[in-house]
Amino acid sequence: MRYPPVAWPVATGARAGSAVEDSEPMHAATRGSWLMVLVLALTLALGLTLAAPASAQDAERSDDTMAQALLAALDVSSFAAKGEAIEAIVRSDDPRARGWLQALLDGRLQRTDDGRFVVVLDNSGRQWPVEDALTGEALGEMSRRDLDRIGINNARRNQLRSAIAVVDLYAADAGLRRASAERLLGEVDGDLAGSLAEVIEAEPDARVKERLLQALAIYRLEQGEVEAIDDLRGSLHPRVRVALARAASGAIESRAAAGEEPTLVEEARSALSGIEQKLKVNRAVETLYFGLSLGSVLVLAAIGLAITFGVMGVINMAHGELIMLGAYTTWAMQQLLPGQPGLALILAIPTGFLVAALAGIAIERGVIQFLKGRPLETLLATFGISLILQQLVRTVISPLNRTVVTPQWMSGSIAINDALSLTLNRMVVLGFALVVFAALMLIMRRTRLGLEVRAVTQNRAMARSMGIRATRVDILTFALGSGVAGLAGVALSQLTNVGPNLGQNYIIDSFMVVVFGGVGNLWGTLVAGLSLGVINQVLEPWAGAVMAKIIVLVFIILFIQKRPRGLFPQKGRAAEG
Amino acid sequence: MSFLRSLASRDRVFDFLVPVESPVDVRHGPILYLEDVTVSFDGFKAINDLNLTIDDGELRCIIGPNGAGKTTMMDIITGKTQPDSGKVWFGSRHDLLTMNEPQIASLGIGRKFQKPTVFEALTVFENLELAMAADKRILPTLTARMNGEIRDRIDEVLLTIGLAELRGRRAGILSHGQKQWLEIGMLLMQRPRLLLVDEPVAGMTEQEMERTAELLTGLAGKQSVVVVEHDMGFVRSIARKVTVLHQGGVLAEGSMDQVSSDPRVVEVYLGAEAEEEAV
Amino acid sequence: MQSRSWLMRPFGERSTLIFLGVLLATMALVTLLHVAVPAGHPLYVSAYTVNLFGKYLSYALLAVAVDLVWGYLGILSLGHGAFFALGGYAMGMYLMRQIGDRGVYGHPVLPDFMVFLNWDSLPWYWHGFDMAGFAFLMVLLIPGALALMFGFLAFRSRVTGVYLSIITQALTFALMLAFFRNEMGFGGNNGLTDFREILGFNLRSSDTRLGLFLATGVALALGYVLCRAIVTSKLGRVCVATRDAEARTRFLGYRVERFQLFVFVVSAMLAGLAGALYVPQVGIINPSEFSPLFSIEIVLWVALGGRATLYGAVIGAILVNYAKTVFTGVMPDAWLFALGGLFVLVTVFLPRGVAGLLALRLRRRGDSDASLSAKEAAA
Repeated sequence: MRYPPVAWPVATGARAGSAVEDSEPMHAATRGSWLMVLVLALTLALGLTLAAPASAQDAERSDDTMAQALLAALDVSSFAAKGEAIEAIVRSDDPRARGWLQALLDGRLQRTDDGRFVVVLDNSGRQWPVEDALTGEALGEMSRRDLDRIGINNARRNQLRSAIAVVDLYAADAGLRRASAERLLGEVDGDLAGSLAEVIEAEPDARVKERLLQALAIYRLEQGEVEAIDDLRGSLHPRVRVALARAASGAIESRAAAGEEPTLVEEARSALSGIEQKLKVNRAVETLYFGLSLGSVLVLAAIGLAITFGVMGVINMAHGELIMLGAYTTWAMQQLLPGQPGLALILAIPTGFLVAALAGIAIERGVIQFLKGRPLETLLATFGISLILQQLVRTVISPLNRTVVTPQWMSGSIAINDALSLTLNRMVVLGFALVVFAALMLIMRRTRLGLEVRAVTQNRAMARSMGIRATRVDILTFALGSGVAGLAGVALSQLTNVGPNLGQNYIIDSFMVVVFGGVGNLWGTLVAGLSLGVINQVLEPWAGAVMAKIIVLVFIILFIQKRPRGLFPQKGRAAEG
Repeated sequence: MSFLRSLASRDRVFDFLVPVESPVDVRHGPILYLEDVTVSFDGFKAINDLNLTIDDGELRCIIGPNGAGKTTMMDIITGKTQPDSGKVWFGSRHDLLTMNEPQIASLGIGRKFQKPTVFEALTVFENLELAMAADKRILPTLTARMNGEIRDRIDEVLLTIGLAELRGRRAGILSHGQKQWLEIGMLLMQRPRLLLVDEPVAGMTEQEMERTAELLTGLAGKQSVVVVEHDMGFVRSIARKVTVLHQGGVLAEGSMDQVSSDPRVVEVYLGAEAEEEAV
Repeated sequence: MQSRSWLMRPFGERSTLIFLGVLLATMALVTLLHVAVPAGHPLYVSAYTVNLFGKYLSYALLAVAVDLVWGYLGILSLGHGAFFALGGYAMGMYLMRQIGDRGVYGHPVLPDFMVFLNWDSLPWYWHGFDMAGFAFLMVLLIPGALALMFGFLAFRSRVTGVYLSIITQALTFALMLAFFRNEMGFGGNNGLTDFREILGFNLRSSDTRLGLFLATGVALALGYVLCRAIVTSKLGRVCVATRDAEARTRFLGYRVERFQLFVFVVSAMLAGLAGALYVPQVGIINPSEFSPLFSIEIVLWVALGGRATLYGAVIGAILVNYAKTVFTGVMPDAWLFALGGLFVLVTVFLPRGVAGLLALRLRRRGDSDASLSAKEAAA
């Protein structure tokens, strides 16, 4: 704890005993009378055994009284007084202090009507299980009405966090120590600074050590030590930057003699500009990540279209609604498996594929096959289907958005450094998009179906005469493209709202991606999707989200004028038909 | 006064604006001249160092196996495909590589496609009307009126191609052969100096073929005609000079007899057929 | 027929005369029933109904504009709603300026939404719209200019067919997003509304509504005759030729892209005019008119009525919108099902539309009309 352990009464007694032994008369007694020693020792031992229970009980009783007083001091209305009470608890070195502080911070430290202090274990519902704050004894459930919460304000909250951090610095768990070190950045005061150096020396964990060094360095910097800046260089933590910025603005008086080089302000500035450089790189990485993430969504949405439109030449305006079906399948799976969102999501992948693929087959057999070779009519008819599907979902399920739960293993983020953390769900979707793309590539390049699809695309009559059942190939291809749309829906359910308009929001973008990449070229779709995503994210900070989207659309419109066949056009006489 | 009038007609004020309708200059030699033309699609050389010369008023047949580059050659001449290298001149004044399709068409190069393409929703008469050499800019087209002179000219061509009785019928209902003739008629309406005819007798009956042969030989002399054809019998019946294309270049050139006795030609083209006949 | 001046040619056609006759008779009848029959009488046509008819007629003009490019030029524009909306906005800006200082905030020049956004002066592009002549000119010029720019780029690079459809859709989508932004200066998602008067006539009076209905009818008649004159001219035949065999037309020496551009611009201007007539009758213009759904719905009107006839487009527009009025009144949820179903049914079973059914009955041999046969519709 913050102060060297205080000597306990028992220990004092033992020390007194040894002092007696060491004394001169005892030497004589050992030599002269064994009995005397025996009696003395017996008396001492007896006295101790007799006294021990009594003194322990006394100590405990007085301890509880003290603790009760400590907690009672919290139960005042003045926040300043509460602050002092918290300080007192910290100084008390009571082993239960950390628990009290945490409970107080969480609002779980409460007082019963009869003045006992309890810690609420779970404050959901009406009846709360509680335990005694002093003894830790479980007291069963109590009604929330019988309890008074000890309130705190933001200033107390900060104080509590710091206090807990200090307590945790000595914890055995490295995670707690790390969190505590994190917390102490910019919170170190003179008292702490003294003991911190020893703690740093003893700290085994390198990361905790670095943090504590930085925390100490901020304090030293505030005291005007130029050398402290060296410990802060390259750190991306916002508090470090705040401290350096203060120093750079000349708000801190340097302890170094005037005229001595280098000055505090200059050093702080150079450290800051170094940090700025690193931050720029970080921001670029972040933009790239968000761009790739958006791009992966576009790729997922468009890749199915790249097959139905690009390879088969069928315009399916209901593609967006197939995506929507995939997303709703995820939602339905989670409804079927309550409490297991992760399993439901995994199961939704094959199910979503199947549902969308079957819907795709129904659309192909029901409408598109009658409109072969009439692309504009196909466009209109499938648009009609998209209206029907949307309205169907609105009528059958709900016009409102549904919530799809993100499973535990997909939520949260990976912290790369202090300024950069990558959200996990986006990363999973990005990976998923690449896997889907690779799988499609394999299917188109390496399987019999892929070969037949390419044959039918290039020369239908010839393919048929070679015994390829073109109709079957049509159905399978369309099912594949539609199924992939379903997969896109499953992935999208993790990133956006699942509602009837989900598909509509993606259809124009998807077509843009396919056309931009070059129709009939899966690689083109991948490159187009990812690059459009990145372009959008790069534009967003200075143009705003809507404007960025407009700019991208206009860019593609102009681009298609320049290169009507997209980024990666198919060449040759056959392609010009 | 005449200067003012020339100012008033906007197209003629500056020399560079003088449109491409200026006559083809054939005083210094051939009407069509291709030199070292090469074009490739994805690395495949469809045309490879092709050299070809067509004289004014000539009827030339071009033969060659599939993939020899016949259609691609037509595409280059009419401006549909840009070659990677080489020269293409129409007469000695017009560099065709600097022009687009309508400009080349209005210079007097007419093309008949392999697959007959007529405007099926329009009548035979209207098809010919659209093809007629006229001011083809927007406003003149919008305000164009029919007059006796135009009618006479269309009637004349209708007679030539033997479709006078079907003038009011939609082109969509014509037989395959009739569509081919209508298309040739449309070319004639343009008063072309050079006619490019791609497989004119594909899918025709014997009688239709004879009529077509008559039609084409009748045109030669007034116009230069280049015929690409597979049907050897038909080529023999109309050809004066034959060029054999193979792998994008000229393999042989000469009269039908000369060409068909050339061993290389026999090997790559006639040979295959001779073998078939032998079987 | 061919020797007449191109503008007079439609008056020699039976179909045009019938169309004009029906249109004028309807206008006269509605006027009579509205003015001469006392309110409450079963035959009385209320101001509301007159207004509704006026709206249908402006939609009909829009459909004619779409049919001109789709039916005769083969260009399926999924962005004609954009031209309609731009014409509407130009009119809306004029009507906004007519409000003067009678707005909620009472600012002498600035429309309410600008005062609300704390703007202190009119954006430059709002100047001149207080003058009716200028505003009405802009109704034609703004859509025309957009069509000119867009078409110039698209047709020059030979973007046609499905590609063109997709990028026209992207165009109107981008415009919708743009007009939703408050910074654009067109009232954001609320659009322009609360109009008071047009050319000094109170927009809420039933006489003004009747006047607008009649003006829309006249505009439809003129637009129809203009389109008919274009499609029966040699230029119209070039369009049909382009639609069916673009490459062939090019080899005949026609600069196809210029013809496409000309007709596209004319069509956009007509759409703009339709929008301008629509706005004072419904009293509002907002970015939803730019939505891709609306644009594609227009195409359905034309498809249902029958492409490449012009009168079919009018029939389709009125039928679909009447159905919409009825449906949304009786069972609003079913409307999208019905609309979606219509798309499928018309394209699969009725490629020539209602006009095709009519023509089937009145079929004359050797018909020189350039309408589509079923086979050509498939091409």
